[in-house]
Amino acid sequence: MDLSVRDLAVARGGIPVLEGVRFDLPAGGALVLRGPNGCGKTTLLRTLAGLQPPLEGRISAPPEAMAYAGHADGLKPTLTVAENLRFWASVYGTAGREAPAMSAMNLSDLLDRPAQTLSAGQKRRLGLARLLVTGRPLWVLDEPTVSLDAGSVGLFVRIVRAHLEAGGAALMATHIDLGLAEARVLDLTAYRARPRAQAGGFDEAFA
Amino acid sequence: MSLWEYANPKKFMDTTGPLVPWIVGAAALLMAVGLIWGFFLTPDDFRQGSTVRIVFLHVPSAMMAINIWVMMLVTSLIWLIRRHHVSALAAKAAAPIGLAMTVIALITGGLWGQPMWGTWWVWDPRLTSFLILCLFYIGYIALWQAIEDPDTAADLTAVLCLVGSVFALMSRYAVWFWSQGLHQGASLSLQSGERMAAAYRWPLYTCMVAFGLLFVALVLIATRTEIRARRIKALQTRARLREGAA
Amino acid sequence: MIALLGRDLRLAIRAGGGFGLGLAFFLILAVLVPLGVGPEPEVLGRIAPGVLWVGALLACLLSLDRIFALDWEDGSLDLLATAPIPMEGVVAVKAAAHWLTTGLPLTLVAPVLGVLMNLDAGAYGWLVLSLLLGTPALSVIGTFGAALTVGLRRGGLLLSLLVLPLYVPTLIYGASVVTRGAEGLSVGTPLALLAGITLGAAALLPFASAAAIRINLR
Repeated sequence: MDLSVRDLAVARGGIPVLEGVRFDLPAGGALVLRGPNGCGKTTLLRTLAGLQPPLEGRISAPPEAMAYAGHADGLKPTLTVAENLRFWASVYGTAGREAPAMSAMNLSDLLDRPAQTLSAGQKRRLGLARLLVTGRPLWVLDEPTVSLDAGSVGLFVRIVRAHLEAGGAALMATHIDLGLAEARVLDLTAYRARPRAQAGGFDEAFA
Repeated sequence: MSLWEYANPKKFMDTTGPLVPWIVGAAALLMAVGLIWGFFLTPDDFRQGSTVRIVFLHVPSAMMAINIWVMMLVTSLIWLIRRHHVSALAAKAAAPIGLAMTVIALITGGLWGQPMWGTWWVWDPRLTSFLILCLFYIGYIALWQAIEDPDTAADLTAVLCLVGSVFALMSRYAVWFWSQGLHQGASLSLQSGERMAAAYRWPLYTCMVAFGLLFVALVLIATRTEIRARRIKALQTRARLREGAA
Repeated sequence: MIALLGRDLRLAIRAGGGFGLGLAFFLILAVLVPLGVGPEPEVLGRIAPGVLWVGALLACLLSLDRIFALDWEDGSLDLLATAPIPMEGVVAVKAAAHWLTTGLPLTLVAPVLGVLMNLDAGAYGWLVLSLLLGTPALSVIGTFGAALTVGLRRGGLLLSLLVLPLYVPTLIYGASVVTRGAEGLSVGTPLALLAGITLGAAALLPFASAAAIRINLR
């Protein structure tokens, strides 16, 4: 599924942070978002995932096409690895996808371990395995490689590439170089919201 | 030219600014007339004696306590539907006034009840309903204060006000079911207008209008303060953004 | 949605926490009240319906802030909001899980505590029935309160302040079913009203709770 974004403006805590954002992400493509801390990467991704409304602009794909993965993995510490993943598979109605997802993220040996006993990197891998069970075409990933070691990053790049080859697309905010040659890079610095003109004309939103 | 134009903060400030002193003056004048008339120029009641005069504080404040909640319900709905910030801020500004009115009604009720019923407090349905209303006001105000982001706070308090209104109404009927009370019937009602002697009725009407005007004056002043506070916040944010951009 | 219910129940059982805590609180209350008011059977029997209902209500309140707090902290709530389940369904399931882990056990142990409180023999059936009909409303209303306060750091106290006034009608009708049952009066009216509150709250409040969650996730 193609994603095209036009003139998108997003706000954090009622204050516009990005405006006029536009990009195209065709099926099979990957786009990496760059920009300094606090420039609005997370806000943009949450807006695309449908967690908050945009101030203005158009997003061509519905939130139902997107699989969002944020800073937190949403794991339940007392459930085992397999139970955590099986839960998401039944939520997305994709039972049967857990096994390939677990082997793709190299989790097969940890199946019966409660999630609370996993290391940070292992938790992250479990969080990313969830993307595979969603079966959604557009991946919206916020810092997906945090706490992954070099080998796991390679694993992650492999599943992203497989996803792209299967006709999916991925939108990522990340600081490290993934070695994903086909990914384009979009620097958000150019879209930072300008502070509005001088006071006087307070509009409805006081901003 | 639509009524909604006045929901623009700037238009609201420009329009209400010159009105506030007049409303304050009218409220003060009517309050003085109503209370002096009521307290000093009415005859003693043949049963209740002089204590009956507390009615001139008790009834208007009780009436306003309920009306203010209804006003908050309406402004909350306007905020949820039309997203006018002034509306949300007016609801926020009205809540402490409503709480004050509820407390005044409860205290004057206790002062009145002591000589009449021989007790400061009974678990009478009307009294209990007011105590519950008091709790609703406190919860509403506490929720406003607990949430940092102003738009989130406005949204959540509006939802609470909606749900709370339904439950407040249900509580009222539940409380009537729970206990039949000591409290006399409504002091004024359309069906039994002659229940209260004319000598009391007109000063009471005056006090009711005065309390209404007092509320309008207070809510306008408080809403203007809220708008100014939001502007200051917006200006500070702007300044911070500009520093960041430079 | 069944998967979510299963997960929440499994979490409640494995983590212990809220599951046993409410019951223990209820038990302690039934021990403390006689210690406070004195051992006379007539006095205890007369206040038993009210004390048991207030106790059940407070025990329910104890675990409300856990309904969404953990899912909020570990990011599950974000992921659930983007999952193909409507948020209304999520909050309804959360309320159901809360009832199954709190309201239902409270209902089941209430007769035992009724013995401690010297409850009238004729009122046991009404006690169980009224709690069975009324505690779902406590969970649904509590879920609404939890949804309002989910983003707040110290939401627990505020949650009680918001939820307790909303509990008033349920408490009044619930306790009066038991009181009237003990006195041998007809209980039809309060029972019907109690059921009405539960059904109405279960039908409508999930929409308000879901709206509150969406606002908090923004």
